[in-house]
Amino acid sequence: MSHAFVKRVSFWACEESKTISPNSQKRIKKLKNSSPDQPRQKLSDAIYRLIYDSSINLPTDVYSALKELEKNETSALAKELYGSIFDNVKRAKEMNRPICQDTGALQFFIKAGTKFPYLDDVEDAIKAAVRRATKEIPIRPNVVETFEERNTGDNIGTRAPWMEWEIVPASSDLTVGVYMAGGGCSLAGRSKVLMPLEGYAGVVKFVFDTIVEWGVNACPPLIVGIGIGTCAPTAAALSKKALLRPLGTSNPNPKARDMEERIKKGLNDIGIGPLGMSGNSSVTGVNIEYAAHHPATIAVGLSVGCWATRRGSVTLDRNVDVKGEK
Amino acid sequence: MKKILTTPISDGDIANIKTGDIIYLSGVVGTARDDGHRRVVEGNRLPAFDLKGAAVMHVGPIVAGDSEHGYEIIAAGPTTSRRMEVYEKEFIQKTGVKLIIGKGGMGQKTADACKTYKALHCVFPGGCAVTAAAAVEKVLGVEWEDFGMPEAFWILQVKEFGPLIVSIDTRGDNLFAHNNAVFQERKDAAIAEIIKHVDFSHR
Repeated sequence: MSHAFVKRVSFWACEESKTISPNSQKRIKKLKNSSPDQPRQKLSDAIYRLIYDSSINLPTDVYSALKELEKNETSALAKELYGSIFDNVKRAKEMNRPICQDTGALQFFIKAGTKFPYLDDVEDAIKAAVRRATKEIPIRPNVVETFEERNTGDNIGTRAPWMEWEIVPASSDLTVGVYMAGGGCSLAGRSKVLMPLEGYAGVVKFVFDTIVEWGVNACPPLIVGIGIGTCAPTAAALSKKALLRPLGTSNPNPKARDMEERIKKGLNDIGIGPLGMSGNSSVTGVNIEYAAHHPATIAVGLSVGCWATRRGSVTLDRNVDVKGEK
Repeated sequence: MKKILTTPISDGDIANIKTGDIIYLSGVVGTARDDGHRRVVEGNRLPAFDLKGAAVMHVGPIVAGDSEHGYEIIAAGPTTSRRMEVYEKEFIQKTGVKLIIGKGGMGQKTADACKTYKALHCVFPGGCAVTAAAAVEKVLGVEWEDFGMPEAFWILQVKEFGPLIVSIDTRGDNLFAHNNAVFQERKDAAIAEIIKHVDFSHR
């Protein structure tokens, strides 16, 4: 019996008590009229569907960006490798199999409308969907319990799957995003606190040093997410936000946008090529997200996505019906 | 014409293969990642299945089925070879593998081992996991299941498995080392250009 279910039963047990607010009583009545597990099942099903689609199909922006790089490629070996990439994408779609065997230690990004009626059930629904995905798609069991150093077998462990919550006031919607980052591209992730006099030149140097050192193993062409802020964790969090921003979008700040474009051009001039085997490009995109920083520090974070960057999201309304998918 | 190697591979079969060549493999591949390499080298244990003349692939496959009904490889693209650099030399020496398959390059120690023990390191295109699985004809067995699915030692029979791009050859030539030198040079030029435009300080 799951934790949330226990909570709900105990909730009903004191239904007659005067301590329950009218709103809660209305909710309880509604739950009793429908099958109590129906919305919860719908929630879990929608998240399972999200994991399923995200593991098998490339996001359209990533696919288009790769096609563009393939078109402009002149090296014979690089062209052959793009051929392998698109052949694999096609096979995955046809056979309903994960594009890459490394389906990541799953990360979820939840935008929780304060008026979404089933917030208590979201965490359990995500875990149920992950267990089902591990068995049915199947995705790879990728969660090793820390200190035990044993694979848990079902992609569930301490703080795994990872969940980040954002509260959306006055909304009755729930948006669940998933990111399936493989180990290869995660290995390239870095964060560093620089001294202000190192400035933005220090930021640029950090990005280029890391990409040239680790990018070749991270299955290029890469998506590069850069975060700038005060300390290592904020810069890292912002770099993840940047990585998940769709390709083809720019930071609204003209200085940040200019830096995005210059770093993208610079990295492409290095010509790391598909799978690090040399070619006419290195990246499908460079995104920057930032926060204002402390006068004594400028921190930089770097998150890297592989060519097969798999991410998606689903938005559900208050009835747990799908409003939109990305 | 496709250059196809068949296991068991002899020194002579790979003597004339050079970095940058594209080859394919038919025969037996054992899978080993971090834990498998550590067990062979630090744990001083060998899998019951003899890898002499065969290939090892750095891969953690997705596998469906069970020992009773048989296994099916769902997806099996390569993992980052560089993680195994610390153990690969001893792994080659102890197992007698002739082909190491992974993604990204490996270092000087592995290049020296490829020269000494006559072996090749090859890159299978990273992320192309369904294509890789399609070339697996049969799962011959599995050992070391205590590591969990990705790290277990899977023994696969493959047919025309590839493309495999040779990144280290039996002379110890290392394609990624050459590429890296070029990338480093271009990197310095790219940084020098960009930093002219990103000084937002007030003087």
